[in-house]
Amino acid sequence: MNTLTEQWIQITPTSEVPLREGREVKLGSINIALFNLGDRWMALENRCPHGHGPLADGIVGGYGTATTVTCPMHSRRICLDSGAVVKPLGQGGPCVRTFPVKVEDGIVMLDIQDSKAREVAA
Amino acid sequence: MKKRLVVIGNGMAGVACVEQILKHTQNFDITIFGDETHVNYNRIMLSSVLAGEKEFDDIVLNGIDWYRQNDITPRLGLRIESIDSVAKTVTDVDGGVTPYDKLIFATGSSAFIPPMEGVKKSGVFVFRTYDDTRQLLELSGPGIKAVVIGGGLLGLEAARGLQVQGCDVTVVHLGDTLMDRQLDPAGGGYLRAKMEAMGMQVLCGRSTEALLGGSHVEGIRFKDGEVIEANLVVIAAGIKPNSALAKTAGVSVNRGIIVNDLMETSDPDIYAVGECTEHNGQLFGLVAPLWEQGKVLAAAITGVGGLSFNGSSPAAKLKIMGVEVFSAGNFDCSRPGVEAVKYEDSSLGIYKKLVLKDGHLEGVILVGDASDDHRYMDWLRTNKDLTSQRRHLLTPPPAEDAGGDVAAIPESETICGCMGVTKGDIIHAIHTHGVCNIAQLKDKTRASTGCGSCTNMCKSLLRAVAPEFEEDKVKVLCDCVPFPQDKIREMIQSQRLKSVQEVLDIYGNGRGCEVCKPAISYLVDVVWCGDHEEDRSARFINDRVHANIQKDGTFSVVPRMRGGVTTPAELRKIADVADKYNVPLVKVTGSQRIDLLGVKKEDLPKMWEDLGMPSGQAYAKGLRMVKTCVGDEYCRFGTQSALSTGIELERRLENLYTPHKTKLAVVGCPRNCAEATVKDIGLIGQEGSWQVVVGGAAGKGVRKADLLITVETTELALEAAEVFFQYYRENGHYLERSYDFVERIGIEKIRRETVYSTDDVRAGLLDRLRKSKDRSSDAWLERNNPRATQFVQIEPMQMQYQGEELAAK
Repeated sequence: MNTLTEQWIQITPTSEVPLREGREVKLGSINIALFNLGDRWMALENRCPHGHGPLADGIVGGYGTATTVTCPMHSRRICLDSGAVVKPLGQGGPCVRTFPVKVEDGIVMLDIQDSKAREVAA
Repeated sequence: MKKRLVVIGNGMAGVACVEQILKHTQNFDITIFGDETHVNYNRIMLSSVLAGEKEFDDIVLNGIDWYRQNDITPRLGLRIESIDSVAKTVTDVDGGVTPYDKLIFATGSSAFIPPMEGVKKSGVFVFRTYDDTRQLLELSGPGIKAVVIGGGLLGLEAARGLQVQGCDVTVVHLGDTLMDRQLDPAGGGYLRAKMEAMGMQVLCGRSTEALLGGSHVEGIRFKDGEVIEANLVVIAAGIKPNSALAKTAGVSVNRGIIVNDLMETSDPDIYAVGECTEHNGQLFGLVAPLWEQGKVLAAAITGVGGLSFNGSSPAAKLKIMGVEVFSAGNFDCSRPGVEAVKYEDSSLGIYKKLVLKDGHLEGVILVGDASDDHRYMDWLRTNKDLTSQRRHLLTPPPAEDAGGDVAAIPESETICGCMGVTKGDIIHAIHTHGVCNIAQLKDKTRASTGCGSCTNMCKSLLRAVAPEFEEDKVKVLCDCVPFPQDKIREMIQSQRLKSVQEVLDIYGNGRGCEVCKPAISYLVDVVWCGDHEEDRSARFINDRVHANIQKDGTFSVVPRMRGGVTTPAELRKIADVADKYNVPLVKVTGSQRIDLLGVKKEDLPKMWEDLGMPSGQAYAKGLRMVKTCVGDEYCRFGTQSALSTGIELERRLENLYTPHKTKLAVVGCPRNCAEATVKDIGLIGQEGSWQVVVGGAAGKGVRKADLLITVETTELALEAAEVFFQYYRENGHYLERSYDFVERIGIEKIRRETVYSTDDVRAGLLDRLRKSKDRSSDAWLERNNPRATQFVQIEPMQMQYQGEELAAK
């Protein structure tokens, strides 16, 4: 990993997000939905591509092999790994931005630079 | 003169054989000796009795009437001590001597007790008979540390039963793989994971050396010196044929009573059937071959002939609800020319393995999904050439082929091994009785009433043969937990599951989704009357923040106003709160409430505090409100007190969840100003009485509510509403409105099971309602003790730099 693109930001102690739930984190004017899946943490932009619903308020679950969050507005299922709309297929609009997350010493950390770098590369 | 036939053994094999004999001839004078005091019952279902899923009556195969109707003399609770094969008599423990012309040994098997110290201590059991089961039921319970020695089919079923009864269970297995006679290490690994997910401890590769303690067992010690605590021990380490008695008759006995292909022993007048037998060196411990043996024996002893027993390929199915394991044939892949075809999904816990030789199926292992077991059984039974199907071995055949495989089975082939029903019997029942669904088939032929593993096969046959076959209308909750809701409710109850995640881990894919999680949340709450482990992550956002999410991500706030009655002081508070928080829209609802719309999530707890009113639950799948007219307090036409009755009804039911939203109304006269006839429950006052109506709708469709009962007093009317409310809570499917529920169940049945049922039943419903009510509370009180960051955005600990720049990008 190129250290120049790494920008890990300390967000919150892990205890602040209950198991299998999401919470909204505001970084500047980006809203990020942060999910605690027990064995791992995931983050993506807190905005459903369909009706702009708050994904952090969704129910976490599985769909096929994907781990998903379901938007509370109109039940679009978003893959937490890729940010793609997996249900219904073909009408979900573009992918949701995802962000790398790591936990160090009980603190959840987000890297939003990396996501930007990936976007630029793409 | 009839010939005297004596059968020693009143178990499944012996009696099934007698049933076959009776099909051929009435020319025997039959006496059956059984050392158990019970009539003939289905031994393989004892695990279901232990698990609390069935009662003894449910597993009786032939009640006492059957013996009478067939002129059979049952001698129950009487053990045979010896046989004189020269004088042709049997002598029982009481010294009674019974002569025979023909004798059948159906003495079964008993538990094999591995050599270890201390097996005579109290608290040490085997699991073979109904009496064993009863003792286990008596002694098991919360706080009991139970150890099951033996991780085979029977041991695991016993372990699950004990766990359901509340015991803390450890399974100790000698081999490294659970059910190693039926599974390979990979399959056993998946099974182990399933058992452990249920909360059981599994110790493999342990040999038990001694049972410790004084007169009662207190622990067990393994060969490696490790000791674990145990106050109940069940030994299920295998079986051994009961063949000692046969030795007294002088017939050839090896490990079992040696029989030939006609089930004859070395004595021409003595036969043997079932687990006591040994055929070509093979012993038997599973039910299917016993039936085959019984048929052969019946044909031989009656002189009908024509059948012979050629051994069998063993098939086994684990009977633990939600843990599907099926195994048949020989799955040893180390033999030359043998190859395996596998399918594996580690997160779903599904493992399938087919073992093939020269294009024919030799063995099969299914863990996690045994729904196709009949197909593989057919392939084994018919030794089908699978070369042309090679690409589709692990996928089901196309729909138009359904029944194609059953067509190939000869009519004489047994479909239901437990009850001995052949394909011919089923076809006969379809043609002569017009059987067209599984329920009728069970009724007419008893097929699939035993272990149930042939149900799919029976369905295929019905589908192929019955012109008007009715598929069971079973709607599963969700692909994540593929069981009907009624079944899930039953499993939550019988398996004592208190949380959504437990249900998902044991019966589902462990993950769930937005469809099943709220449904299971509802089910665990209602089954345990609120004494469950609440998991907010499984609830919809409305039930996490106690407000209704709106299209722009804001929320609405509706305070409770019982009966639609408020005060100037409350109205002032509401107005002040609306001002203080800049509420964009204040609206009077159709439910006689005031709705504050457009509220930000972080303002919710503060608004509740400022309002000081309880939650109106206007967001919940639960009791919404009771709407009222002014009733006889003010109205010139009023005949009953609608206001006070409505307020009281709302008090009694508020804060409770229901399958879907539930809206009530109370009106003081039949003019029906608060529209009680189109509510889920309505109370309609009239001169001197109340009508209680249920299942009304004024939504997408309009449905006039059905009359539940007419009662004289207000208290009786309230009680009738409560009884129905709880009945709907317990029997409605999640997201089923009362009007669909009433249509599905039928108002007649509902009346029978609620207001017109026995005092006990009504008291039970009310009792459970009160329990739930006592554990419920106003959701808005959570403002005093909110869950972590439930209502707020998380503020990053570290001020990020370049944040604005990033966002602008």
